[in-house]
Amino acid sequence: MKISSPLTRDFAPYFIGYLLAIVLTGCAFSCVYFRLLPPGLTFTIVLGLALIQVIVHMLCFLHVSLQRSARANLQLLIFSAVIIMLMVGGTLVILFNERARMM
Amino acid sequence: MSAEITDPELLQAGLNVAAEPREVREHAESDVLGFWVFLMSDAVIFALLFSIYGTMGNATAGGPVPQHEFKFHSAFWETALLLTSSFSYGMVSLSLKHTRHRIWPALWLGVTFCLGAGFLIMEVRDFLTLFHDGATPERSGYFSSFFVLVGTHGCHVFSGLIWIVLMGIQIAMFGLDQRTRLNLIRLGLFWHFLDIIWVVIFSVVYLGALIK
Repeated sequence: MKISSPLTRDFAPYFIGYLLAIVLTGCAFSCVYFRLLPPGLTFTIVLGLALIQVIVHMLCFLHVSLQRSARANLQLLIFSAVIIMLMVGGTLVILFNERARMM
Repeated sequence: MSAEITDPELLQAGLNVAAEPREVREHAESDVLGFWVFLMSDAVIFALLFSIYGTMGNATAGGPVPQHEFKFHSAFWETALLLTSSFSYGMVSLSLKHTRHRIWPALWLGVTFCLGAGFLIMEVRDFLTLFHDGATPERSGYFSSFFVLVGTHGCHVFSGLIWIVLMGIQIAMFGLDQRTRLNLIRLGLFWHFLDIIWVVIFSVVYLGALIK
């Protein structure tokens, strides 16, 4: 592999992404391992770290970017988000209703 | 519509299409967009499985409970393997763009395969331990939803491994032509997507249960 400046430029997002992924995963696991905080707070922190890591993976590995992204790509993401909200919301309403009836 | 994806995006992904004729470029762009549509439909499936898992948190029906069944260390090493495999697939994309010889993408593809296979073997061993402890899908609502969610991800990783083998054969037979490159880009999207799903699984399922 020839070392050149474009190669370094393309290598950077993968390297940074991997580094951030290791740090974020390490934080999440050590939060749970050392049990320094109450469970509720720890779980909130873990979820927050997961959200950040998902965004990091999207930006660094999948190369999703809002500036360069085409309108077609953005429309696709928004459409999927709406579908997911509708279906997840509907599922939760039905399941919680079922649970309430069984109590 | 497909022409709205700009060139740098595809270049970044490792496809040297900038010098190709306009038709080839547009074709490649619409192929990649089409694969995004598939990934989004997959995301809908996982979102629904997660929401069902969320409602089953306490439905252990007097059987085994997750906080005693899940092993911290195996969840950690599975995560490490899958994260590293995502990075090594990044190296496949990178060598696709920056090297002429087919040996480099093939080599990194092999590394990705080994890491992915390692992950899957660890996961299957975890499942066998769970079965041995009586934590089977039919035992409780919790373990039904757990096995469907994590099992679906495992099946995806398994099909990803088969796809890697097929790409290895394609590289050996046809070299790095336009079609092989496009397939490698789609496999890359698939593999990175599976990694994102795993990030949510280890946070919500494994760490969520081990906190208790």
